[in-house]
Amino acid sequence: MKYDNHIKVEFTSKSANESLARVIASAFVSQLDPTLEELADIRTAVSEAVTNAIIHGYDGGKGKVIMECTLQDHTVEIKIVDKGNGIEDLNLAMQPLYTSKPELERSGMGFTVMQSFMDFLEVKSELHKGTTIIMRKCIKNAD
Amino acid sequence: MKIDFVKKENVLSIKIDGEIDHHSAAEIRTKIDAYITGSNTKYIVLDFKKVGFMDSSGIGMVMGRYRNIKRVGGELCIVSVNNSIKRILDMAGVTGIIPVYKNQEEFLGVIK
Repeated sequence: MKYDNHIKVEFTSKSANESLARVIASAFVSQLDPTLEELADIRTAVSEAVTNAIIHGYDGGKGKVIMECTLQDHTVEIKIVDKGNGIEDLNLAMQPLYTSKPELERSGMGFTVMQSFMDFLEVKSELHKGTTIIMRKCIKNAD
Repeated sequence: MKIDFVKKENVLSIKIDGEIDHHSAAEIRTKIDAYITGSNTKYIVLDFKKVGFMDSSGIGMVMGRYRNIKRVGGELCIVSVNNSIKRILDMAGVTGIIPVYKNQEEFLGVIK
């Protein structure tokens, strides 16, 4: 069955909205009948990306985070956008265990988790303009 | 977020009930640190039986508590983690540093 669907959600960069973003993404993806493991992977990756936007994009301050989810055939694409600080050195930021905020007990594993739990990850960032994270995952059981 | 503290002699079991993300990790950290200060705790058991979700914010929270208790000569372990949380702990190398037991009973058997 050919399946196309799309949602766009905008929310304030508050940490309380991290769980909201997970719930929305996972409810949306449920249309493709994912396994529990696939759903857990997507929830975790969304949580990492939204947390990045809140902590690093806006330094915990006020801003808007946009989440777009698109279903096409058997694949879900999730885009998380912030218009915040941007990342100065993307290669460094994406290294496992690297964190610019060790004082906040950040583990530096966010991008590594996104990479491992999703099939595709692309990060675009421009200093002082913001960051866009695009992730895709193929839902194997979708018919 | 609900956290239950059960102290038996020098073993403190911390039962976390809820999802661990950046939002809740801050609250968990504050509550645990407040309880432990001056409590004469030697072993901390982080019980994840009722944690259905954890992202990498949990790694920082766990490692932070581990460092704190190690500094005063104590130990920390994790019990009852689900598969998806175990994957994140493995990925960050946490399971190479902090022992993970199937449940409370297994841990208590080890320290006896």
